[in-house]
Amino acid sequence: MRIKIIIIAVLGMISSVLSATPSNINMTRGVTDISHRVYDLHMTILIICCLIGVVVFGAMFYAIVKHRKSQGAVAAQFHESTKVEIIWTVIPFLILIGMAVPATKTLIEMEDNSKSDITIKVTGSQWKWHYEYFDQGFGFYSLLATPAEQFDNLDGKNTDVAKGEHYLLEVDKPLVLPIGKKIRFLVTADDVIHSWWVPAFAVKQDANPGFINEAWTIINEPGIYRGQCAELCGKDHGYMPVVVKAVTQDEYAVWLDEQKQSVIQAKKDAEQALASTLTMEESMTLGESLYITRCAACHQPNGAGIPGVFPALKNSPMILNDRAAHIDIVVNGKAGTAMQAFKGQLTAKEIAAIVTYERNAWGHDTGDVIQVSDVDAKGAK
Amino acid sequence: MSTLSTAQEHDEHHDHKPKGMMRWILTTNHKDIGSMYLIFSFAMFLIGGAMAMVIRAELYQPGLQIVEPNFFNQMTTVHGLIMVFGAVMPAFTGLANWLIPMMIGAPDMALPRMNNWSFWILPMAFAILLSSLFMEGGGPNFGWTFYAPLSTTYAPDSTALFVFSVHIMGISSILGAINVVVTIINMRAPGMTYMKMPLFVWTWLITAFLLIAVMPVLAATVTMVLTDKYFATSFFSAAGGGDPVLFQHIFWFFGHPEVYIMILPSFGIISAIVPAFSRKKLFGYSSMVYATASIALLSFIVWAHHMFTTGMPVAAELFFMYCTMLISVPTGVKVFNWVATMWRGSMTFETPMLFAIAFIVLFTIGGFSGLMLAITPADFQYHDTYFVVAHFHYVLVTGAIFSIMAAAYYWLPKWTGYMYDEKLGKLHFWASLISVNVLFFPMHFLGLAGMPRRVPDYALQFADFNQLVSLGGFAFGVSQLIFLVVVIKCARGGEKAPAKPWEGAEGLEWDMPSPAPYHSHTTPPEVK
Ligand code: HEC
Ligand code: HEM
Ligand SMILES: [Cu+2]
Ligand SMILES: [Cu+2]
Repeated sequence: MRIKIIIIAVLGMISSVLSATPSNINMTRGVTDISHRVYDLHMTILIICCLIGVVVFGAMFYAIVKHRKSQGAVAAQFHESTKVEIIWTVIPFLILIGMAVPATKTLIEMEDNSKSDITIKVTGSQWKWHYEYFDQGFGFYSLLATPAEQFDNLDGKNTDVAKGEHYLLEVDKPLVLPIGKKIRFLVTADDVIHSWWVPAFAVKQDANPGFINEAWTIINEPGIYRGQCAELCGKDHGYMPVVVKAVTQDEYAVWLDEQKQSVIQAKKDAEQALASTLTMEESMTLGESLYITRCAACHQPNGAGIPGVFPALKNSPMILNDRAAHIDIVVNGKAGTAMQAFKGQLTAKEIAAIVTYERNAWGHDTGDVIQVSDVDAKGAK
Repeated sequence: MSTLSTAQEHDEHHDHKPKGMMRWILTTNHKDIGSMYLIFSFAMFLIGGAMAMVIRAELYQPGLQIVEPNFFNQMTTVHGLIMVFGAVMPAFTGLANWLIPMMIGAPDMALPRMNNWSFWILPMAFAILLSSLFMEGGGPNFGWTFYAPLSTTYAPDSTALFVFSVHIMGISSILGAINVVVTIINMRAPGMTYMKMPLFVWTWLITAFLLIAVMPVLAATVTMVLTDKYFATSFFSAAGGGDPVLFQHIFWFFGHPEVYIMILPSFGIISAIVPAFSRKKLFGYSSMVYATASIALLSFIVWAHHMFTTGMPVAAELFFMYCTMLISVPTGVKVFNWVATMWRGSMTFETPMLFAIAFIVLFTIGGFSGLMLAITPADFQYHDTYFVVAHFHYVLVTGAIFSIMAAAYYWLPKWTGYMYDEKLGKLHFWASLISVNVLFFPMHFLGLAGMPRRVPDYALQFADFNQLVSLGGFAFGVSQLIFLVVVIKCARGGEKAPAKPWEGAEGLEWDMPSPAPYHSHTTPPEVK
């Protein structure tokens, strides 16, 4: 009887302490049925472990207090008991079966990718995510929006810059999803392995280059959910957030229309740009801002690169002497290196501006102004 | 006893060891080699620890303060490699060298010249690894798990050096393991049947077989990385028909047994120390042996629990989840046996016992988080977060390292002939115990709250705990210097140690005088 009361008291204490914990020390419950079940599973095992710990460590500390030589304890002689050994092999085994049953059920449900309403292709590349709305024919990149001044404080150069509320967990364009629909993610990568993780959905899926993984979710509540890349993917692995904006189905429909409009608009703009002539000033301003967000992670803001890892662009013979090759490597990248093709990422006008910038910044006074048609000829749109 | 003292005289008369450096370079003596392994391992522990300090200093507050991300990645990678291959594994080999011949009644290891080589190639391996940090482009920056293609197509030029040094480490481990197996099988004193061997010898025998089985797999893995990077093969590149996930299967087929390689000898150490200070025989000796063997066997069929998020079929996920959960049964048996050994003993709490008790509690906490990680659906949330970092540091630092500390304190009197400074030893223990928990316990919270591992910077909600963790880290780092002082003091003198300084200690090593004579049992002792 007393043992029962003690057990209940301990159980009550542990679970109340654990469930009263603020969210910054425990797993999030999340906003999907699956994430709730994962959370419950996590709490169940945690409590079972704590209970086993209380029993085992309790016995041990009891012995430490009572059976010490300074207390006059004389050592007993027993050192074997098949019965006891069998008991403490079988009981843990039964506890494990108790854990395995709910775990198996949840897992089978998590891996049921059938009957989805919406499919999103998620592609990781160094160090950004690309989201493609499969049935809608459009997609976009999602990049870290925290400005470099907020995190780059090497040599104390930005000590007074305040960090924003969502420091490192904010992007320029979040993935927008409707609530209440089964969304299937097809996850892959362009270069190294990344891992797409949103804790609130209990979805973490590795993005393997050359292979496609599946995951799914049904979001219950509108809101903004933040996560990060969860597989080391090179230098800026820590700067590759995932942000999902979940909206009602009506809002989602409106948003989809807007996106489709802007795709049509972008096509028109591209045609216009092809016919227009870019000026040096315009190109340099646009080029510089794009260079900082798209290229500086590797080639560094001052064009010096990281010796032995990412080449310097400053005084690069290719830039100084071979204009065609310069345009080509930015448009088409270089296979088998970290230099990716930017033709799908940037418009022809943007690439032209970046190339112009690189050809005239850091003391490169080539005087060249690259035109959209030059880039278009290499295959960019 | 009388045979032993004649042996010692014989020893002093006829042993011409070269003087100075050459003694150490040419030595084939198991004690000299054991000492060199232990000193080397401690030096590596300090170097790897210094890198951990860099990591923790950078993570002291959000933002990039001290090192840029590419160097940060080199620090985590080389810290991990050094701690695993340079600190923990050589420490165990050093203990094996010192203790196995003394424990089984042999004069030395079976293959002394190979023993010399297996040690001396190690410093070369680490010189190569460390020097790669100074190359243009830096050293390895792809994590100690070196997943392809980050370690192939996208790796720095120094990768060839990384591969070469891992090869040498692997050869060294295999040679050491062969020596242990041959020694234990052939050189036991008459009457020392397998089921009379001390558990340290048993656990090392099983560890040695694990090493021989999986180090070649590691060698194959790094070789494929080498050819993928430099010779245009495509083992791990989809573009050429390979598969990056294949890398992970091969790596973890080595990697999971590897983590048991780093813990089984600890089990042997704890099984020697707990009975000694409880003044009571180890509870369930034979079940300890069987538990060790079953852990070793199971360790070959759980590797993909590191890969639940790579997109495996459900059936495979279930299989690996069940097998992993199963491993906790024999592990639990061990913990229960230790507690039963203490139960109704007559305990005292000298430094080795304190470390052993801390091991039991904290290793078990690491075991609990391991069990949680085995639950696949929950692992989707834990994987690659600081929860994992907390888990493996509990089993490696408060597990493997604490057991090595316990062993050092326990056998130091036998090695040096002097008692260590008990006051300093206890100070080292309490300082380590408190700081290590401040260092690693909050990492559980960080991971659960969503902080990924291997990041040089983090969101603001993680700032408070990271600061605390860093402070714990610095304190733990400084505490280890106390250990250095204790060992140096003990080697230079102090209270003379009797042959058997611990009342409850059992084993042939305690029948020898302290310090143990240069050659161990020159005539085999009788084992009843
Ligand atoms: C993920 C890292 C990364 C990013 C981002 C990146 N590059 Fe590169 N870039 C590289 C690497 C690596 C090379 C070297 C390729 C090789 O081995 O030849 C390179 C090469 C180049 C070269 C040729 C340099 C020479 O002298 O051969 C140019 C020009 C260049 N990049 C421009 C850009 C521009 C413009 C951007 C932004 C739109 C950009 N890069 C973004 C990694 C990157
Ligand atoms: C001195 C105290 C130590 C501190 C402060 C420390 C701290 C850390 C930190 C902060 C990381 C990086 C986590 C990340 O960014 O992912 C790390 C990684 C690691 N540590 Fe330690 N550690 C210590 C001791 C040890 C020891 C003794 C071992 C082994 C026995 C060890 C093994 C590892 C391993 C294997 C990794 C993973 C490396 C990787 O991600 O590739 N550490 N440690
Ligand atoms: Cu990443
Ligand atoms: Cu494992």
